[in-house]
Amino acid sequence: MKKPIAGGSARVEVLAPPRTARRGGAGAWLENERLLAAMLLTPTVLLLGLFIAYPFVMGVWLALSNTSVGNVGEFVGLRNFYKAWNDSIFRTAFWNTTWYTAWATVFKLTLGMWLALLLNRSFRGKRIVRASMLLPFIVPTVLSTFAWRWMFDPTFSVLNWLLYRGGFITTKLPFLSDGAYGMWCAIAVNTWRGMPFFAITLLAGLQTINPDLHEAASLDGANGWHRFWNVTWPLLKPVTLVVVVFSIIQTFSDFQLIYVLTGGGPANSTHLIATYAYQVGVATGLLGEGAAISLFMLPVLFVVVWLQLRYLRRLEA
Amino acid sequence: MESKQVNRRQFLKVSGATAAVAATGIEGILAARQAPAYAQGTKLHWVRWVDFIPESDVELKRQMPEASKALGAEVTFETINANDLQPRITAAIQSGSGADIFNFQYNWAHLYQNAVVDVSDLASALGKAEGGFYEVWAPSCEVNGKWLSVPHSIVGNAVAYRKSWLKEVGFDKFPKTFEELRKAGAALKKKGKPLGQTLGHTFGDAPTFSYPLTWAYGGAETDKSGKKVVLNSKGTVDAVKFMQAAWKEAYDEGGLAWDDTNNNRAFHAGEISATLNGASIYIVAKRQKDKIKDDKGEPLWQDIDHAPLPAGPAGGFLLFLNQSHAVMKYGKNQKLAKDFLTWLHKTENYGKWFTTQEGYSVGATHKWENDPMWGKLDEPLKMFRTAARNTRLFGYAGPSTAKATEAFTKYIVTDMYAKAVQGMKAEDAVKWAEGELKKIYEG
Repeated sequence: MKKPIAGGSARVEVLAPPRTARRGGAGAWLENERLLAAMLLTPTVLLLGLFIAYPFVMGVWLALSNTSVGNVGEFVGLRNFYKAWNDSIFRTAFWNTTWYTAWATVFKLTLGMWLALLLNRSFRGKRIVRASMLLPFIVPTVLSTFAWRWMFDPTFSVLNWLLYRGGFITTKLPFLSDGAYGMWCAIAVNTWRGMPFFAITLLAGLQTINPDLHEAASLDGANGWHRFWNVTWPLLKPVTLVVVVFSIIQTFSDFQLIYVLTGGGPANSTHLIATYAYQVGVATGLLGEGAAISLFMLPVLFVVVWLQLRYLRRLEA
Repeated sequence: MESKQVNRRQFLKVSGATAAVAATGIEGILAARQAPAYAQGTKLHWVRWVDFIPESDVELKRQMPEASKALGAEVTFETINANDLQPRITAAIQSGSGADIFNFQYNWAHLYQNAVVDVSDLASALGKAEGGFYEVWAPSCEVNGKWLSVPHSIVGNAVAYRKSWLKEVGFDKFPKTFEELRKAGAALKKKGKPLGQTLGHTFGDAPTFSYPLTWAYGGAETDKSGKKVVLNSKGTVDAVKFMQAAWKEAYDEGGLAWDDTNNNRAFHAGEISATLNGASIYIVAKRQKDKIKDDKGEPLWQDIDHAPLPAGPAGGFLLFLNQSHAVMKYGKNQKLAKDFLTWLHKTENYGKWFTTQEGYSVGATHKWENDPMWGKLDEPLKMFRTAARNTRLFGYAGPSTAKATEAFTKYIVTDMYAKAVQGMKAEDAVKWAEGELKKIYEG
């Protein structure tokens, strides 16, 4: 069918696409972009609603109530938050979580960057090394942490045995039986587990950098450090920031590693917010108080993510 | 195809059995020699901890088809790690679905009181039939005059020690007081054979040591009302000071990171000379006599004996792990669950399980002190026979309420000692614990 289009004195005729058959109801729906978008988004929205929004709203309600196991709670306002804030174990757990997250992130970033730079070079067996590097990240956390727990065992630690046999120590190191050692051990295990994620993501970022830039910098007389600091680092910053944000979220809300490695002991010196919330909410049955403790993570993570995304946006601009 | 219709005769048979069961309970079922008429496919799910004596779980699994046959319903038995019981119970209660019967420990009946069924009828019948319960059961399972879980057994504890090593440092018998223990332990530690004790976050061996130690020096969490915290006393400070000194002189300092299994392994490996534990160290050493040997290559069990936890200036006290069973309110087969518990406690069924324990658990009632099994046991295990007569619960001197459980699950008393042995002043550690307890009991 021909449709006339007005165009001054000239008269242009445009051919409309031939209709082979009349579109049915479903076809007409698919033609409507708004409807199609809604249809495609619905499953995701439902899943998000079911698995993220509902538990979150439920968590907020629990935190504002005095719900305990088997008892429907009543609204108590901010009482649970107030109680948690005045609880010395919670404060210890809050501080531990901050300390644990900060150091683990620093180590993961530094070592992950170092590993990524090494893996970015050409060497024999590169693919196998790259693939095997992901192993700590792939192995279930509970399983690998059990292995670490054995290695740090107060009586049968293989690490103590090696250090003793090597002549480096004369008495056992109190890996998990001393508060400070226990925390550093937890940070070490978290770093071991999380470093591959940093390395592989940063490696992907490194491979997008044009080698000509490095070549030009070399010709200008820049040494390795200068090339890294003035060429690699500025171009890697956006990727790095995204990885750091992800890592902070995961580390700040870590549960499995501490639960298996130390159970929060000795004397709460390795308790994190998540493990303490679990202890209060599940073991003691005070679901409202447990929810309030875990919700303390939200504002901290919100501020961290907001600051970093803001910085990222500025970088991109 | 088989007809599913019920004829008059079948109907009378089934309804007759139902009426008999309703009227007489499990006794009626057994007398009628016929399973009750629970709807076809009726299932009962029972969850218990993984026993430290594996043979006992094997025996319970063996009994389940018999129970299914007797009750006319399919009984499923599941074991899970003791530390996973509470998360599992919480999830079941909150979701309103899960096992019909849960294994409770200590005073959990108080914690889950609104989610379980009144089982006073079962408990009183059992207590009457078996010569009465030990004193620890009423405060553990009875809430507001109702029994909310049926007492099952008590895991006793005692100090397992190496006879020859104690003799080497001049102790023919195990020390009777904590001060003597400190002296013996100091001599043993100098020989590289320290005492072993966990002060970690673990449900069994840590609190069953830290609470009785506090009581032995005259300390207590609260007064009799359970509403006033009295922990900060001379007795508690003395107990903490004792532990501070003894920890350095006599104990394996790695104990701060031990769970309930570390001391078993350390003892079997000859790394420690004595440790507070259930009878499992001895039982496992004997059952695995070809593997577990002493430094001379002889089976280790021959050198093991048991002694009660020593006394302090205020006396000697014990905290044992007690195990009961609760019928969950959300369950659809509450009557069946009660019938099953009655079946489980019948002498011929319970007795078979009890025998496999070899003294690791004692019965809930006095009757089991006279079981012929005790006569067949080795001498070191016989001390467990009457061990449950004088035990206390946490929350002392007040009642053992849900608040006492909160203090217990937060490991406040254990952490008081853990903080002190890591360098905090004894007075400050007690003050810290007092503050935490006040938030729970007085808050």
